[in-house]
Amino acid sequence: MGSNQGIIAMAASPSISIAIIGSGGAGALTTVDSLLETAAAAGWQGLFTRTMGPQIRGGEAAGLLRLAVHPVECLPDRFDLMIGIDWLNAHRFGAEIKAGIQTLVVSDPRGGDLPPMVTQSGARVVEIPMKEMAKAIPDGRPNMIALGIAARLLGFTVEQAFAPIEKRLADKGSAAIEASLAGIKVGFGAAAGIDFGMQLAAPTPSTARRWLLSGNEATALGAIRGGIRFAAAYPITPATEILEWLAPNIAKVGGTLLQAEDELAAINMIIGSSYGGTPALTATSGPGLSLMIEALGLATSAEIPIVVVDVMRGGPSTGIPTKSEQADLNIAVYGMHGDAPHLVLAPQSVGDCVFTTQWATNLAETLQAPAIVLSDQFMGQSRAAIERPADVAFIGARAVATDIAAPYKRHAMTANGVSPMAIPGTRGGQYTADGLTHSERATPTSGAADHLAQLDKRRSKLDHFNFGDHWASVEGSGDLAVITWGSLTGAAREAVGRAAADGIKARMVAPRLLTPIQPERLAAALAGVKRILLVEQTHGGQFNKFLRAHYDLPAPVRVFNRPGPLPITAGEIHNAIAEWR
Amino acid sequence: MSSVAYKQADYKSDVKPIWCPGCGDYHVLMSFGRAFAQLGLPPEQIAVISGIGCSSRIPAYTNCYGFHGVHGRSLALAAGLKVTRPDLTVVVASGDGDGYSIGGNHFLHACRRNIDMTYVVMDNHIYGMTKGQPSPTTEPEFDTALSPGGTGVAPFHPLVVALASGANFIARCFSGEPNQTADVLAQAIKHPGFSFVEILSPCVTFRPDEKAWKDMVHPAPVTETSDQGKAARRLMTDDGFNIGILYRGNRTPFQPAVGASDVDLSELEKEFEL
Amino acid sequence: MSKTAGTPKVANLNDLLAIAYQIEIDAVDRYKLLADQMETHNNPELVKVFRDLARAEGIHGEEIRRMAGDFDVAARASEIAKFEKSESPEEADLGSAHYMMTPWHALQLSLAGEERALAYFTSIVETTKDPRVKKLAAELVEEEAEHVSLVHRLLRRYPKPSENWADDLDPPVSQE
Repeated sequence: MGSNQGIIAMAASPSISIAIIGSGGAGALTTVDSLLETAAAAGWQGLFTRTMGPQIRGGEAAGLLRLAVHPVECLPDRFDLMIGIDWLNAHRFGAEIKAGIQTLVVSDPRGGDLPPMVTQSGARVVEIPMKEMAKAIPDGRPNMIALGIAARLLGFTVEQAFAPIEKRLADKGSAAIEASLAGIKVGFGAAAGIDFGMQLAAPTPSTARRWLLSGNEATALGAIRGGIRFAAAYPITPATEILEWLAPNIAKVGGTLLQAEDELAAINMIIGSSYGGTPALTATSGPGLSLMIEALGLATSAEIPIVVVDVMRGGPSTGIPTKSEQADLNIAVYGMHGDAPHLVLAPQSVGDCVFTTQWATNLAETLQAPAIVLSDQFMGQSRAAIERPADVAFIGARAVATDIAAPYKRHAMTANGVSPMAIPGTRGGQYTADGLTHSERATPTSGAADHLAQLDKRRSKLDHFNFGDHWASVEGSGDLAVITWGSLTGAAREAVGRAAADGIKARMVAPRLLTPIQPERLAAALAGVKRILLVEQTHGGQFNKFLRAHYDLPAPVRVFNRPGPLPITAGEIHNAIAEWR
Repeated sequence: MSSVAYKQADYKSDVKPIWCPGCGDYHVLMSFGRAFAQLGLPPEQIAVISGIGCSSRIPAYTNCYGFHGVHGRSLALAAGLKVTRPDLTVVVASGDGDGYSIGGNHFLHACRRNIDMTYVVMDNHIYGMTKGQPSPTTEPEFDTALSPGGTGVAPFHPLVVALASGANFIARCFSGEPNQTADVLAQAIKHPGFSFVEILSPCVTFRPDEKAWKDMVHPAPVTETSDQGKAARRLMTDDGFNIGILYRGNRTPFQPAVGASDVDLSELEKEFEL
Repeated sequence: MSKTAGTPKVANLNDLLAIAYQIEIDAVDRYKLLADQMETHNNPELVKVFRDLARAEGIHGEEIRRMAGDFDVAARASEIAKFEKSESPEEADLGSAHYMMTPWHALQLSLAGEERALAYFTSIVETTKDPRVKKLAAELVEEEAEHVSLVHRLLRRYPKPSENWADDLDPPVSQE
């Protein structure tokens, strides 16, 4: 640790949050990202997320960072340290970046008026002329001054803060590197007299391998781990990073990525690849998923395994592309016309994106059904320092027809509803995959018996599969259950933990597998509960309606739902638990 | 020719077509069989991919692997198949509604992408499966229930679009000449890259006037060219009934390297390690 | 234009046998296809007509094969029997089929085929320099002429239908 080690009297905090705000290319995001790297290298865990204006370049931006000695899966209720390189349009973030009386705000006196979120919070404000200091350094940048300030206040050394910057600027030349180092030193010096009043507890020593990655990167890695070797790509915020990570990496493992002309092409490309025997995925967001729905029905009917990742953003329509929401649940579950049973899964954290995408791929392949993975902007675009997600080996695999007796029945009735699939090139297995209602031989029919038989088959293969304990995170005990899903799991987990500290016993149930439904498992998870608090990030209460449509909830339910873009914090859930005694 | 001799009949399935008697698509189905036999392709090495419409019913009538997908997206599906399975012969079957209307965007990009596959559009200038609405190639004055008095809209010129978009082989055939069609199809399949074969295929039910096509088609009064400029000038005077190979380009097909890899997955994880 | 289209050249007796055989086989396949079409479209009278025609042509094909003795007419045919306008002379015109067609229409198709075959073998008689080929071609001409008169006789039983033979009061069905 750095300079704060001398302040013996200060209580160490298990978690500290920092927001750095700036506009017009101030570099706030880079600064926070590199702070996460510094902290991660020193052994802390952390989560970095960003919030931005609508501009492609030069917009107002805030980098939000929470560091802790424990896994970080949600943002804080309030930020402990806020550095304003400037405050231009920062009021737009007012609802997202909360300050409090404990907050220390470092502000450039020439950075514009303090926004209401600062002035109304009672926070302590310290002025440091970051822009002026940067000007005194050749090629100096105010964000490096801010980085130096943050480093000192958090207890890092100049060297620790500089290391990630040096790496980033490696190809920019020594002048840029020198200028950055000089800036960090000046900021570090300028913060000497500031009493932050907080200190991050020392990280628990651990031998675990640790990773730094975004949810979107984690999703892409999970896909590769699951066996995906073809991806079709159509760019869309906030899913593009999945595809961009896959482009070079899928090629390294013998696969390929094809950029499609639109989402309609993307999903049909992956159906073609999977039909040919190569597991395939595409990633998109709400508007793209809407376009893919017809072909998802085709994959359901023709029993072609595919994986579609939807990194949810605010909707409907173009909505808020850069902000998170959970309102694609309905389309993911109910979007298809006809009765079209399929898999819908939702990862619960950046690290869980690896597992859930890998699992979704394995389930799709095993059950010959499409899987939709509902990630969201918050998870997808956050970077986290975490313990390396464990390697998981699934036993399931696609059933492939090899020794084929004529006539080949592509959709043969079997005990588990899964029929071995002939891969093109296999002699004697020729069949035509079809979206038309078909017979066991895949030939078109409009007969009632075939229609019913195939509907039953596709339903039962999902209903009778044993999904095991991965179906949900079920944690804690107590007669109040918080039920939530997706990226809210982290906040709910923290809220349940805080409630326990208050003496309120509660449990958390967060399904990772949304469809097919798991009524017996949920009933067991909720056995004995007296109160149920549902938490979801939608306007219409989609998750509540989904649960009520499919499950018997054994106790009175309260719903805490709010649309994006505001994150639902652990503190808010904690309050909702506490208020319902 | 391969060492195994295949006959046209080896490519025919036992599924009976629902096409109207008199439909040109019966001839196209024959031409498929003859072309495949001519090339000596094992049926299980061929994938026939289609969308929705009368013509798109063709995969199930062949004894090849087939995919009868959603409306207009056959080229995309085929692209995903071919890039991951370059060992297969991929033939895409479509019609003027499926291929030029709902699937129009994919047509442009398939030409541009130039993946090694053959795109066969059975053009009858009408939507047959939905009872005779105008398609992008229907004449402007043609009267239908959906376009009383005609659409008044100029038809689409598929060959011009294919040429402008980068197709590597462009031909027009007439279904009523199945041997010649088979011959052109065989050449289209053999030619590397994206081959486009438009087959005029009359609709006896909604376009009985198209029975006259057999007397209207004529050999294109030109020899094939690899010069896009020449091909474009010829298409400017095309009457829509010139039959033959118009263009045979020499663009390199798009095919990324795929297959087994000895890279361990842990290699990919390295960038995340702290 | 296609390099394979065109009237096949008859170099010797075996070639002529092979071609004559192929003409019959093609006719059989075409009638079977038409019979299948009629089956799918629920025109049982025409299913029978086309199956009968297929059977008759099949018998002719077998006769030719017998005449060829040990010579493999089928193999030779696959090498040389490619016809102008892509159609084998006796093949019924698929484009003229109709789901409500009557026996009269089927016989018209058959008649046209027999006449094309007759014309084809006549042209061989007129052009060949090989006396054995000329002799066999003349026999085939005679046979086709008999077929033509047979069809004419059958047509007396099936007079031309009225103008409105294709009227269907039900609308076409929208399928997809």
